[in-house]
Amino acid sequence: MEEQYMNYTPQDFKSDQEVRWCPGCGDHAILNAVQKALPEVSKQLKYNLERYVFVSGIGCSSRFPYYVNTFGFHGIHGRASAIATGVKVANPTLSVWQVTGDGDALAIGGNHFIHAVRRNIDINILLFNNQIYGLTKGQYSPTSPLGAITKTSPFGTVEHPFRPGELVIGAQGKFFARSLDVDVKLTAEIMVEAAKHDGTSVVEILQNCVIFNDGAYDNIADREHRDDRVIVLRHGEKMVFGKNRDKGLILSGLSLKVVTIGQGGFTMDDILVHDAYNPNPGVHMMLANMEYPDYPVALGVIRNVKDSTYDDNVRDQVLEVMKTAKIKSVDDLLNSGDTWEV
Amino acid sequence: MDKQKSVQELDEVVVRFSGDSGDGMQLTGTLFADASALFGNDVSTFPDYPSEIRAPQGTIGGVSGFQVHFGSRKVNTPGDFCDVLIAMNPAALKANAKWVKRGGMIIVDADQFNEKGYQRAGYKTFDAVSELNLQDYKVIFAPITNLTKESLKDSGLDNKSIIRSKNMFALGMVYYIFDRPLNFTEKFFEKKFSKKPEVVEANKKVLRDGFNYAANIHAIASTYKVKQATTLPKGKYRNINGNTATAWGLIAAAEKASLPLFCGSYPITPATEILIELAKRKDLGVKTLQAEDEIAGICTAIGAAYAGNFAVTTTSGPGLSLKSEALGLAVMTELPLVIVDVQRGGPSTGLPTKTEQSDLMQALWGRNGEAPMVVIAASTPSNCFDYAFMAGKIAMEHMTPVLLLTDGYIANGSEPWRIPSMKDYPDIKPPIVAEGTEGYMPYARDEKRLARGWAFPGKKGIAHRVGGLEKDFLKGTVSHDPTNHQRMVDIRAEKVQRVQEFIPEQQVIGDPEGDLLVIGWGGTFGHLFDAVQEMRANGKKVSLCHFNYINPMPKNVADIFGRFKKLVVCELNMGQFANHLRMNYQQFNYLQYNKVQGLPFTVVELVEKFNQILEGK
Ligand SMILES: Cc1ncc(C[n+]2csc(CCOP(=O)(O)OP(=O)(O)O)c2C)c(N)n1
Ligand code: SF4
Repeated sequence: MEEQYMNYTPQDFKSDQEVRWCPGCGDHAILNAVQKALPEVSKQLKYNLERYVFVSGIGCSSRFPYYVNTFGFHGIHGRASAIATGVKVANPTLSVWQVTGDGDALAIGGNHFIHAVRRNIDINILLFNNQIYGLTKGQYSPTSPLGAITKTSPFGTVEHPFRPGELVIGAQGKFFARSLDVDVKLTAEIMVEAAKHDGTSVVEILQNCVIFNDGAYDNIADREHRDDRVIVLRHGEKMVFGKNRDKGLILSGLSLKVVTIGQGGFTMDDILVHDAYNPNPGVHMMLANMEYPDYPVALGVIRNVKDSTYDDNVRDQVLEVMKTAKIKSVDDLLNSGDTWEV
Repeated sequence: MDKQKSVQELDEVVVRFSGDSGDGMQLTGTLFADASALFGNDVSTFPDYPSEIRAPQGTIGGVSGFQVHFGSRKVNTPGDFCDVLIAMNPAALKANAKWVKRGGMIIVDADQFNEKGYQRAGYKTFDAVSELNLQDYKVIFAPITNLTKESLKDSGLDNKSIIRSKNMFALGMVYYIFDRPLNFTEKFFEKKFSKKPEVVEANKKVLRDGFNYAANIHAIASTYKVKQATTLPKGKYRNINGNTATAWGLIAAAEKASLPLFCGSYPITPATEILIELAKRKDLGVKTLQAEDEIAGICTAIGAAYAGNFAVTTTSGPGLSLKSEALGLAVMTELPLVIVDVQRGGPSTGLPTKTEQSDLMQALWGRNGEAPMVVIAASTPSNCFDYAFMAGKIAMEHMTPVLLLTDGYIANGSEPWRIPSMKDYPDIKPPIVAEGTEGYMPYARDEKRLARGWAFPGKKGIAHRVGGLEKDFLKGTVSHDPTNHQRMVDIRAEKVQRVQEFIPEQQVIGDPEGDLLVIGWGGTFGHLFDAVQEMRANGKKVSLCHFNYINPMPKNVADIFGRFKKLVVCELNMGQFANHLRMNYQQFNYLQYNKVQGLPFTVVELVEKFNQILEGK
């Protein structure tokens, strides 16, 4: 009999709980992408359904675990990375997915987030970035742009936003990818890559909050302009974009530059090839930081570098020590060291 | 040899080592305590050190002390006052003179009693003996620094290392006075400096020179003999402090449950040694995660508990405050988790290195919502092992977080411990849900304990979701139904209360009825016990009721309390346990004796208080 993990359909990953996001919320599309990605992950990595654990903090996005038919843990605000870390260390065979919002991961949970990345624990972090606090109804978040007018910044924010990619790579992150909620196919494709990566994979998904920050990404996500304003990066492929695939990125001095192929003497040969596996974070950092209108916004897997993972290191160290240990039980331990008879 | 020297035989002696925090007094005291224990005495220790790592040298703020009480019979406390004080500088003498028994012996390093030393310690004169009123004491001015220099001048060690060895010279002197064998300490040097034979030799030499110096000077007229303890039960012994015992008790619980132990924690005084001890135990499969903060510490532990490890987190007062929100999550998700709080002086960062019992209310109530939790307290360094074990057993079998309280005094204090055998400890049988269980309901409960099943991720057929939002009574899905919330609040409380059926009845030390019942909990046991024994020896009708199970309390409490004319609750806070009793047993009148000085009780002050109460004052 064929193992079950070969034949899952998205339907298998739908739970019986009613999905309660606002109609039109980008979260619906992301849920679809996950339910599409998991059968593929299962097939490629031979995982059965029970192997997945979804862990979240608090926020609209953090309701996610209820909607996936596998193991789930809806935690407390900001602490999903820590909870997910505990799950993975306790049982490294599990496929652990953290679902988190920009407020959850980067404000209250900023500390845990960067330390999970730094440790390179093998979890997959889906960071839903709607640049706003949804669940608490429209306050600015650490990714809201400078000057954003929200309920708690009626005259515009006066603080500089985080760029999640910059934060991840700065914290020695080994995997960073970005997608758009509306592009379910790309999101699912990236999630499969994230699952296959050993170590902390951070996937930033630009997510529209129809209620409190509608259209935050329209300038790049809008169908009409999207191809000219985003670039989808794939390892080993040229960094070209545009409706007519005639624009590309080159390295000019120490920065990236957008050029039009066939103009100003630039040919396809000048265009950079994306090397997601390069351990040097320089170009990845530049790609992750590209912002419209100066640059296209980079989507796809920007960085994907192999390194040892925290959970493997923990397990290996325990096994290594146990191999030569004299103490094999609590009785041995209690009787070790200086003892005497009365 | 000095023929006039007399040998006095004593049942028990208290020695206090004190010096600048850089003088190595904690090590000196520990070595002396270990040597005494290995020699066969019963021992109790009390490290008392400042929180500044490096307060200005020679000042009162930088004085570090280590008291050792040892005897040929059972000793229950480190002793109120010492027979012998070693003071390595004028500040140490000034800070500790009041703790010496009248007429006791004081050994000081004469070389430090110079102008600079006196000034730094804030003396008004250059005559410590008169200024501190020590005329009736045997004060021995020994030039310890210079003798150490002389002893090691050919050792090849640099000047700094030589000076650092003066504590070993002093220790050698004390070994002579109490007729202790040197071999245990020599073995320690061999092990600790195994890669530096010259350091081993130097330490041995200076220790022996200190010993010989004390033997040769006529100032030390008598030495003392404290025989091996004969009252201790037969068996194999070791020394243990509370933090190590706690760590080992947790490992023991994991072994009995056949589950891996996971500890997520963040360093904080005085709890850090538990994490350190657990980190060493990779040989027993222990996983420790030094988290980025206390919140992460407990949250990693909750994640590990969800995934099927025996999970613990360790901390002290301020860290427990940070963990509060996650404690509520553990209550809501009904996962097994042990939280160890080694109490220290508060509020806020308070007195980090000093002991107190003032986190009790936080342990019982410090959470949002109705979030009852099992709270237990250890009462001696060695029984930290048993109560850590019990915390694990209750957490796993009842599917509930358990908060274990210890305190700086028992955590750092040490005593000889008769090594138990794990076959004498009960098995731990958590309600683990089998793979493929038909009709699995995440919040269905067993009737006896009201514990829900523990379903590990990865197992087929039992996928489920938990979290901090209110749960449906059976399915565990999110429920906003008002009557469901009431039912869940009720059953979570009832579940904790049910633990009462699984803990032993409360014992009374002394007669079951009388004029005064002394009530205490946690680390004050030794002092309360000695004080009550003293009262009883004087014919007073006083008994002791000392609690380890704080919430729920044992069943027979009201029965015990009702048999005494007066009740006095003694604790190192302003009355937190007394108020807990007032809430639970309102029919009684509680007197209080409270102390919040960062110090344990003394037996003397307790006895005085009890006499006053009996006299109706
Ligand atoms: C300790 C704590 N502080 C504050 C809150 C309130 N709170 C809930 S969600 C949230 C922000 C959520 O924003 P984000 O993470 O961006 O998620 P979104 O709702 O936008 O998906 C806040 C402030 C809380 N639940 N817990
Ligand atoms: S408030 Fe915004 S983020 Fe939350 S569900 Fe509604 S649309 Fe989505």
